[in-house]
Amino acid sequence: MSLSRKTAVVGVYEHPTRFAPDKSMFQIMAESIRGALDDCGLTIKDVDGILSAGIGMSPMGIIGLCDYLNLTPNFMDGTNIGGASFVAHVAHAAAAINAGLCEVAVITYGSTIASTRFAIGTGGGAGGGGDPCHQFEFPYGPTGIGAYAMVAQRHMHEYGTTSEQLAEIAVTMRLHASMNPAAKYRDLITVEDVLASRIVSSPLHLLDCCMVSDGGGALVVTSAERARDLKKRPAYVLGAGETARHAARGQRDFLEIAAHQSGRLAFERAGVSHKDIDMAMIYDSFTITVLTTLENLGFCKRGEGGAFVSGGRLRYDGEFPINTDGGGLSSNHPGMRGIFLVIEAVKQLRGECGPRQVKDCQIALCHGTGGELGTRHSGATLILSNQ
Amino acid sequence: MPEEKDKKRYAKPLPHIDEEMRPWWEAAQRHELYIQKCRDCGDLRFHPRALCPSCLSSNTEWVRCSGRGKIYTFTVTNQNATAGFRDSLPYVLAWVELEEGLKLMSNIIDCQPSQVRIDLPVEAVFEDVTPDVTLVKFRPAA
Ligand SMILES: [Zn+2]
Repeated sequence: MSLSRKTAVVGVYEHPTRFAPDKSMFQIMAESIRGALDDCGLTIKDVDGILSAGIGMSPMGIIGLCDYLNLTPNFMDGTNIGGASFVAHVAHAAAAINAGLCEVAVITYGSTIASTRFAIGTGGGAGGGGDPCHQFEFPYGPTGIGAYAMVAQRHMHEYGTTSEQLAEIAVTMRLHASMNPAAKYRDLITVEDVLASRIVSSPLHLLDCCMVSDGGGALVVTSAERARDLKKRPAYVLGAGETARHAARGQRDFLEIAAHQSGRLAFERAGVSHKDIDMAMIYDSFTITVLTTLENLGFCKRGEGGAFVSGGRLRYDGEFPINTDGGGLSSNHPGMRGIFLVIEAVKQLRGECGPRQVKDCQIALCHGTGGELGTRHSGATLILSNQ
Repeated sequence: MPEEKDKKRYAKPLPHIDEEMRPWWEAAQRHELYIQKCRDCGDLRFHPRALCPSCLSSNTEWVRCSGRGKIYTFTVTNQNATAGFRDSLPYVLAWVELEEGLKLMSNIIDCQPSQVRIDLPVEAVFEDVTPDVTLVKFRPAA
């Protein structure tokens, strides 16, 4: 049974904050929900489905969020697969709406990790949690950045990918951020600037890494039928896919990532091909994340990512525009940023992006990565269209 | 108690060893490195676990490793806020591919970080970090 074009993202809102010591996590979520409902012309009374995940939330935080918002929903999903969660939530909401479990679903994220000084990429954690794999890793000092760095090192070894090529990704994201008034870092940078920044975990430089900010956002998803009467042009859900990659009992090929499978599923279900994609929002926790994701989604062959990301191809006015908001590298990264991938894609499909608008944007792809490419991670792909 | 004293001195995270994994950690204390093999389907696995993930058989053989392998990938870590590691920067974190074909996470020690490269042959070193815990690390092969 195909979900294609039966549901749509009808309301989006990106919270403007990048540093909010005066706000709580749930406050940022609630303000974002208010913004997304205003965006489409619905009210909190219309909401009967809620989906969320968070770094600061408790394992049952979705119920706490219902408490805060005084919601008694007909559908709840607290799936937490890291930063990819919110991309997956869109598919889950679409399936739930299509199955009649709810009619109007709200997806939200909020975080104050910057103002509460949470060392997300460079804190290795303590002895580990309850997962059996942790005891075989945490004693050796893995960090979030280190896990991605090991994928970059392997990519360089197998294919001759260079730090200059990775740097091009960071330079392009900064160009896009310079055209986004809400972005945190807006001063243009060069490849030389990236290479001159300190190496946090080899081969990744500081400017290969996303920032830590506060922030949040929300999405409203409903049926295609109901979407027709709302304020803005709907972004129809064409197809989606999700999966995980991990150590594979010690037998993993680290350059084959979740996007390989989630992307294939999303394209098959959407019934579109790579050449149909007008712009993409690719989770950019690190420059290497973008490069391997583009390869694994099939936009270029494995090993050819270095050449693919070069020469301005990824610019808003280039052959294959990505991350026009400036991404996690330059706009915002409050711990998890999957929700912003969908928000910017929807804005592009509506033509609301001003100077960074991609011309004739009709079909957009979002791919979220959660966790770490170099240990274990999730991938969620979503394809949206304005028709 | 010497045990308590040692635990205090060793500041890095210690593994939360669960009962399922205890035989592996006890072998490490004897300075032996093991992987597992499914007696039913033959699939090899690390880390250890009670059931073969390929066929769910509990019929398991422990296979002792030579301790030899090569570096599959690595990173020289210059920043880590975790206790113990923040005082021992830079250090080398790596995925080592054992001769037996499986990859495991470890540290590369007894060399300059700048000497480390992918495919470098390495051998296991057993580091008794506390009276209860021995970590398996690797150094460039002799
Ligand atoms: Zn088996």
